[in-house]
Amino acid sequence: MFNELLQSSVLIGILYSGIRLAAPYLFAALGETVAQRAGVLDLGVDGIMLMGSFAAFYVVFETGNLWLGVAVAVAVGALMGLLMAVISVTYQAEQGISGIGLYLFGLGLSSLLFRVMIGSVKGVSGFPILRIPVLSDIPVIGEIFFNHNILVYLAYLMVPVIWLLFDKTTLGLKIRAVGHNPEAADSLGVSVNRVRYFAVIFGAAMAGLAGATLSIAQLNVWQENITNGLGFIAVALVYFGGWRPLGVLLGSLLFATVNALQLWVQVKGINIPSDLAVMLPYVLTIFVLIFASGRVRQPAALTKPFERSG
Amino acid sequence: MSNATGRSSSSKRLGGDRLFDALLPAIATLIGLLFGAILLLVLGVNPITAYGSLFQGAFGTVSGITQTLTKATALLLVALGICIAFRGGVINIGGEGQIIVGAIASTAVALALPNLPGMLLIPLTLLAGALAGALWGGIAGVLKARFAVNEILSTVMLNAIALQLMNFLLRGPMLDPEQAAAGTNVPQSATLPDQVWLLRLVPRTLLHTGLILAIILAVLVYIFLWRTTVGYRIRAVGLNPSAARYAGIPVRRYMALAMILSGAFAGLAGAVEVTGVHHRMIEGLSGGYGFSGIVAALFGKLHPLGAIPASAIFGGLLVGADKMQRSVQVPNSLVVAVNGLVVLFVVASDYFVKRRARRRVADVPPAAMPPLAAAVAAESQG
Repeated sequence: MFNELLQSSVLIGILYSGIRLAAPYLFAALGETVAQRAGVLDLGVDGIMLMGSFAAFYVVFETGNLWLGVAVAVAVGALMGLLMAVISVTYQAEQGISGIGLYLFGLGLSSLLFRVMIGSVKGVSGFPILRIPVLSDIPVIGEIFFNHNILVYLAYLMVPVIWLLFDKTTLGLKIRAVGHNPEAADSLGVSVNRVRYFAVIFGAAMAGLAGATLSIAQLNVWQENITNGLGFIAVALVYFGGWRPLGVLLGSLLFATVNALQLWVQVKGINIPSDLAVMLPYVLTIFVLIFASGRVRQPAALTKPFERSG
Repeated sequence: MSNATGRSSSSKRLGGDRLFDALLPAIATLIGLLFGAILLLVLGVNPITAYGSLFQGAFGTVSGITQTLTKATALLLVALGICIAFRGGVINIGGEGQIIVGAIASTAVALALPNLPGMLLIPLTLLAGALAGALWGGIAGVLKARFAVNEILSTVMLNAIALQLMNFLLRGPMLDPEQAAAGTNVPQSATLPDQVWLLRLVPRTLLHTGLILAIILAVLVYIFLWRTTVGYRIRAVGLNPSAARYAGIPVRRYMALAMILSGAFAGLAGAVEVTGVHHRMIEGLSGGYGFSGIVAALFGKLHPLGAIPASAIFGGLLVGADKMQRSVQVPNSLVVAVNGLVVLFVVASDYFVKRRARRRVADVPPAAMPPLAAAVAAESQG
């Protein structure tokens, strides 16, 4: 097994899949990072992704227009985010529980819409591979990094974008402020709830995009509960990444590569039962959470609704 | 709120407010169903036909009612665990996984001891399920207590791990030898020895004595949470961890305990499903009870006795949804979406309770308020 694993073609294949599979985690976890840095835990990511992935699939199935699919997925994600923001920011609901509500809503509604509007599992032709000229000709590196569909590149592009947002813009400063010390932000004239609305809706739009990546760029089909808990992993990756874009990138890559490895083990029929191999990423996540906790302080006002005193 | 007239007028309103608060979950459910109806209209389905078939299926016939109560049994057990966890300030999303490991453990015990008389085997089997669930919940509880690992995330991971464990066992070590011999390989365990089957309350239906057990446990959980020191401490930790710490309560240990107990009830639900309904371990046994149990618990205002009618209502929704799907071809996932809306509306409606609580902080002892409201009241007072 190990000899085979160390063959360069196999390694390249696993790393290539790792890069590719990380894309939906990246979109969802980076979006969730923005929401959490503003102080809102959106546990409904998986439900938002389900709605986004269905919306994208349906549009592409009916029109064949991939970018229209992406746009609709982002819009549907944003709408789900608006619902979450109303419940969690305005009505100050307990965020872990409201997230479960949003998840169930997305899970049920996407299945319902699928069964009424499409009926049976069908395929679409998703985003094609876009080889980057010159770069994709580099041996090994080119094969692994520059031979993907456009949404994968976009997912990695979001890492520096979110980093710039946090560290170089006034909006990012406001987001961090309302998540760290909302009273101080408020006294400086920042509208805490407005910033939180923006962060939650933005994060949810990214989750919608993550869903679209699944349904029209990776799997190119839609089935009920297509995410299979991916959105919850994305929330865990935010903790793992210490609420920083680079940490989230690292976590997504690690998780996706372990996943790719596990898929390879399954396909090869190596004497580890496949069900146990599938467990591996989840076990890893728990250990990673143990390791990550205590190292990094979470945003001080995370899950705490804001209300002016007096 | 120091002025006396304000206080007396709010006292007068108190009765009406209480009634309103008690009815909030019901109102939230009606709004959820209303949204569902609008959705059905948009999709070109007649909501009256759909809901008519749903309620007829759930509550309209004897067979429907027994199915509803069978589902309510599992839901109630899970919901009792959720009451303990949420009251203790820990959010247990791991019901699904805890149900699965409970079902696995109870199946293993019953199959391993086929010669024990039922009097011994039944309690042993149920205990095995509860212990396995307690262990599964306990992992999350201890990780939270010792390493500050967010229990929402760890329970989600543990759900996935339990699911894969079940897939592995039902296709390998626990696969029914008959299935293996016939080569059909339907992923299920062998049938349990029949002395461990729970008695059926109504012949030729699935309704079993587990329902009585669950109702007795609901009363016991109520006594535990409101009449014992340990239960009081769990609630104190959930209401206001820093005040509890001041009072000398080891907060983390009680949070872990709440999670362990919560897991035990979900594990017991798994064991009861195995011994009462299926008489073997099957795939998909957890059936989403881990999540619908949360909905039922919230609907019952996290009160163990409130969870009894709540479980019957949501059990009915699940049964009715299947009937609706069969008879008028409206997908049963409608009910999952409605459940989600109910959760959203119930947690959002707590806002109004909280606001009023803050206005009448001086009048009402915190014990009379719902947990979230009381915590806010305590904070704004102290």
